[in-house]
Amino acid sequence: MDFINAIVLLLNYIFVPALAYGSQLALGAIFVTLIYGILRFANFATGDMMSFGTMVTILFTWYLQSLGVSLGFLPTALIAIPFAIMFMVGYMLLIDKFVFKYYRVSKSPPVQLAMVSIGVMFVTQAVVRIIIGPSDRRFFDGEKFLIKAGEFKEMTGLNEGLAIKSTQVITIVVTLILVSTLFWFLNKTKTGKSMRAYSDNEDLALLSGIDPKKIVTITWIIAGILATIGGALYGLDKSFKPFTYFNNMLPIFAAAIVGGIGNPFGAFLGGYVIAFSEILLTYAYKKFFMYLLPESLEPNTLVQLLSTDYKFAVSFSILVIVLLYRPSGIFKGKIL
Amino acid sequence: MRKNLNVIAAYTIMMGLIILVGIFQSWNIALSIFNLCLISAVMTMGANIQWGYAGLINFGIMGYTALGGLAAVLISVDPVQEAWSVGGSNILLSLLLIIGMVLAVRYVLKKYEKSKVRTYIIASIIIAGIIIIRFVSEPGIEAIEEVDPAKTGFLGGFGLPIIFSWIVGALFAGGLAFVIGKVALGLRADYLAIATLLISEIVIAIIKHEDWLTRGVKNVIGLKRPAPYEVNLQQTDWFINLVEKFNLSKLNLITDLSERQAALNQFVIEGSSIFVKLCYSGLFLIVVIILLILTQKALYSPWGRMMRAIRDNEEAANAMGKNVVKQHLLIFVLGSAIVGIAGAMLVTQDGLFTPGSYRPMRYTFLIWVMVIVGGSGNNFGAILGGFVVWFLWIESAPIGLYLVNLTTAGLADTHFLKVHLIESVPYFRFLMMGIGLLLIMRYRPKGILPEKIEIK
Repeated sequence: MDFINAIVLLLNYIFVPALAYGSQLALGAIFVTLIYGILRFANFATGDMMSFGTMVTILFTWYLQSLGVSLGFLPTALIAIPFAIMFMVGYMLLIDKFVFKYYRVSKSPPVQLAMVSIGVMFVTQAVVRIIIGPSDRRFFDGEKFLIKAGEFKEMTGLNEGLAIKSTQVITIVVTLILVSTLFWFLNKTKTGKSMRAYSDNEDLALLSGIDPKKIVTITWIIAGILATIGGALYGLDKSFKPFTYFNNMLPIFAAAIVGGIGNPFGAFLGGYVIAFSEILLTYAYKKFFMYLLPESLEPNTLVQLLSTDYKFAVSFSILVIVLLYRPSGIFKGKIL
Repeated sequence: MRKNLNVIAAYTIMMGLIILVGIFQSWNIALSIFNLCLISAVMTMGANIQWGYAGLINFGIMGYTALGGLAAVLISVDPVQEAWSVGGSNILLSLLLIIGMVLAVRYVLKKYEKSKVRTYIIASIIIAGIIIIRFVSEPGIEAIEEVDPAKTGFLGGFGLPIIFSWIVGALFAGGLAFVIGKVALGLRADYLAIATLLISEIVIAIIKHEDWLTRGVKNVIGLKRPAPYEVNLQQTDWFINLVEKFNLSKLNLITDLSERQAALNQFVIEGSSIFVKLCYSGLFLIVVIILLILTQKALYSPWGRMMRAIRDNEEAANAMGKNVVKQHLLIFVLGSAIVGIAGAMLVTQDGLFTPGSYRPMRYTFLIWVMVIVGGSGNNFGAILGGFVVWFLWIESAPIGLYLVNLTTAGLADTHFLKVHLIESVPYFRFLMMGIGLLLIMRYRPKGILPEKIEIK
């Protein structure tokens, strides 16, 4: 019994939250990696683009709520997301037309594009803060828990409860659907294949008649979808605050590079690598050992490898180690 | 003379703008803008050395600034004797252990050929070291943090004049840059940017949460000053006489003696804060001028030519026998050290150290906007960028307010749109910075004062 309790404990505090957080990071990381692979620059506006998408989702959610639309036990935001995506894609294409296109056409070095993306970051951040303000917002409605800790205890008779938030399940399910569709698109359709070809070798792809304008447009559309959904899921699960989104850019970058930048599947796994290592290394295992070990051996400290304050630092340290030993990432991205 | 006309014109306009602020808003605001402009100028010079001279991209400016600030705390605060007696030995022992660990790793690196076994040995040394250090330091840290936590709760510093911290800040930042450079400089440009950004976040996380060293988010306030205190000034005779002389014409208009005294008091209070700010301006100006002379000399020296050669064509410079890796490391350390000076200057001026306030927007990206807008590779340009961007950063709120009032003039004062826009005026600075950066990058990619190299 103690053994099962220990497992449930880990599931409740490590596995489920890390899976949800990892899915949110994974979406962001695929976004970064796609931009990097096809448009060839590190997009420093990632976090703020996600916050822009989330902001639009929130605005649509408020509008729908004022109309009295609701999904019952599911959050209203799920209906708002498709509208937000359309808006977001428009915004992305607009930015591309007025900002990035010039540098792409004149074949500027990637560093210059990265600098330009910092300008976009400033502008997007300002727009988000002017429209919705810098404060913390929750826009989740509907049923909060799928399984409550108390119910689980009653059901199984265990000491440890397992609470599963509905947002966690939604996050994981939506991520899986979205990512599998994306991989199907990239691997099986003609457009997806041409995108991969363009990413792999631009000149050859152009020679074989691939239209670069189309590739770029589709990349921004996919990026818009990923940014909106990733941001909205994070906001539903936790809360929406522009500053947090800006900060989330860092673990997202870490995930993309750890997975091998330019490699979408690597980025997907990288998200989970970062999320799990952040939570595994900062969790206090005292209770876990109390269940497993006999009373005489019970630890009297928290058995925490690192204090939770260093959550971010964990992912960055992993990144630095990966950069040192395998600059192309765990799953072999572009060779640098 | 003629060829420097644009430089002179740009600086004249800038000083004119600051003087206008002095006339229309207040001299206090004008001087505080000027002081922060000077500090920003030091930071941009550091970033410019790395980016403009050598083409190294460093997004870790925030980390070096914070380290400079930490130096100001560690140098100027009086040591907390009690904390040293309860936990000092543990901390010193851990420090020795860290040094021992580093030496052990170095020994293994030198002694054995590169192999899997060596990697595992190093990893196990580091992991074992961290665990031992935690066991040694934990009781000490807890004891230190329990010493009067409302006031101290940390080890304190050395109790020296805060001016020394400007040099120590440079050493701290340079030391960190040496380690980072050793690790990360081989990376491609945009990877280097991301890596330095992330490392600077780690630095901030450590400064925020190691309370025994920095007091963390509890902040350190009331640092010593290199300038006199306003309260003391207001009571010294020579200063009152000075203020009286300055404002004689205004004071003579007042005939009533008690009213005259009250007016004089007001002038003295205002004057004292202006005087203190002027002291800081003087100190900062000295630093800026010294650095400017040194960087200009470096730029036109053979070393500067070599750096440009490396920047423009690394392979060719390498083929000519220049040690690219070593020079990159050197310039990375130098630039970061200058940023460290600026970090210490900033904390010196504020008189307080608030680790929570170090954010990448303000201390990394804004500095980069300054460098790009001003003109990378040109020291005068970089300094001008610091001035222009900081001026706009501060003054964009009043400008934004004016624009909002202008565009919504037709709406009633209580209209929700107008109220909302007026509330969000502080964020117009981000918008202005972003649009400014995008416009400069597009239409004047070399900045306001572009790089200009003449062979003399």
